[in-house]
Amino acid sequence: MAPVDRAAPGTGLREAGRAGRWALRRVVVLGLALLFVFPFLVMLTTAFKLPDDIFHAPPRLLPSSWTWDNFTQAFQQMPVWRYLGNTLFVSAATVVGTLIACPLVAYSLSKLRWRGRSALLAVVLATMMLPPQITMIPVYLLWNALHAGNTYWPLITPAFFGTPFLIFMIRQFLMSVPDELIAAARLDGASELRIYLSIVLPLARPALVTSAVFQFVWTWTDFLNPLIYLNDSEKYTLSIGLYAFFGEHDIAWGPLMAACVMFTMPALLIFIFGQRYFVGGISAGAFK
Amino acid sequence: MPRTDRRRELLKGLAFASPFLIGFAVFIAYPILASFRYSFTDFNLFQEPTAVGLDNYAHMLSDDRFWRSLGNTLYLTALGVPLTIVIALAGAHVLNLPVRGQPLFRALVYLPTIVPVVVGGYLWRWLLNAQYGFVNHLLELLRLPAPLWLESPDWSRPAIVLMSLWTVGGTTIIYLAALKEIPKDLHEAAAIDGAGAWRRFRHITWPTLSPITLFQVIVTLISFLQIFTQPYLLTQTRLNESSGGPDDSMLSYSMYLFQNAFVFLKMGYASAMAWVMFLITLVITALLLASSRRWVHYGSR
Repeated sequence: MAPVDRAAPGTGLREAGRAGRWALRRVVVLGLALLFVFPFLVMLTTAFKLPDDIFHAPPRLLPSSWTWDNFTQAFQQMPVWRYLGNTLFVSAATVVGTLIACPLVAYSLSKLRWRGRSALLAVVLATMMLPPQITMIPVYLLWNALHAGNTYWPLITPAFFGTPFLIFMIRQFLMSVPDELIAAARLDGASELRIYLSIVLPLARPALVTSAVFQFVWTWTDFLNPLIYLNDSEKYTLSIGLYAFFGEHDIAWGPLMAACVMFTMPALLIFIFGQRYFVGGISAGAFK
Repeated sequence: MPRTDRRRELLKGLAFASPFLIGFAVFIAYPILASFRYSFTDFNLFQEPTAVGLDNYAHMLSDDRFWRSLGNTLYLTALGVPLTIVIALAGAHVLNLPVRGQPLFRALVYLPTIVPVVVGGYLWRWLLNAQYGFVNHLLELLRLPAPLWLESPDWSRPAIVLMSLWTVGGTTIIYLAALKEIPKDLHEAAAIDGAGAWRRFRHITWPTLSPITLFQVIVTLISFLQIFTQPYLLTQTRLNESSGGPDDSMLSYSMYLFQNAFVFLKMGYASAMAWVMFLITLVITALLLASSRRWVHYGSR
């Protein structure tokens, strides 16, 4: 892009008009981004406000004096580290499950030729569309019968059988990988498992990273499953811990927002580092 | 291929697909059958299900809260889906402008979608606070009326939609990726022929994007028909229950289903509700697909 705002002086009205258009575009883009970011700013500054500033009408964005009190209180009133640890454990476990199961299935659906392959692909896609309300109750009863209510098993196990959306995404990626490498290894007499481990998995790395990032954020932010399965506060994930805190403490907005800030950070860090994988992954799911 | 080879290929294929096959049997296929069976029973978790025929389905007809929750959900869908599509499409155009730092702006618009939904819920409860919240402050600055939002039966549903629109970033990014696929020379040629921005949008951008729009409408539609967490958190009371808000105006279909299943322990009734929801989703999606012949253009490039 040409740096239009540095155009030589006296280049006429047309240039001025163009410079104006550039400036207008900047303002529009900036305004849009601000609209989406503003709630975060409110969350962040409220977390540093004293009650006098929080309950001030009309509201002001910046506190008149900054305080760490809300964070101290959040730590006192709820086991923040435990919730973070529990959530990290569950999220990491589902990522492991996803990384083991999804590429196996995706490989079968892309590079192996067998009868029924396209039928299975249709089943994977149909599963993506099925409303979770239909399966929710029987699956709950199943875990109950296994005495696994109030454990992490119901939250973790399904990932080890593959998440349809991610299976599909990795499959699409593998479809675009040329067959030659795999064919050559087959001629050399390598076993299918060996081909999978030493050729396919390394090739699929970008899709695997995207899947890991997605799975992590899904589990990290999940509310419904912990709500259904966890009722022992020792085991709470952050979603359900925050939910319980909100109910018990007569809406203490300062500490609540402080906790919100802390619980958003890890997903935010993952997002910053994995940003390009996110955007690539979403569009891949939509198009191919 | 010789027969033995074909069998070997089949076995290999099944072996690699086995995680999904097992998971599908246990977590999808069996639950679908079980849920269908439960929907014809009276079942409270502590006793064996007893068959009651179509009673659960018949009960919906006379259940006021059922109709209220269905009405609320259709209201949210009717308001939320068009707004989501229009805002996502407009946002994608803005994020496609040639401006320095655009990757950062795109990330910022997408950011709300990765925030824990519980955090988003409480944050919006605060932003929508009639007295101390920024939403009403902004409206007052613009000299617009400031509603009571979550405390008002008329404004609580728009409040849910407003909160949902904050996470429109995913839909926006998909549109953005699609916009970038449209060949630039198409627009340039039309511009040389004297077509203005609106005409170019109407005759080039919109038709080219229409298959993606169909996809986005269906995905958004399903997410609004199944909406649960947002209204659940916005109406959470001190006893960790979700009331449904003033006049049950925020009681969504999925919330009422959840209450029946896990609060009232009416597993049979809740299962029947799930199937009705599935049917409603199928019917609306089918109507949409049927209409798509008139407005979706495939492969006209």
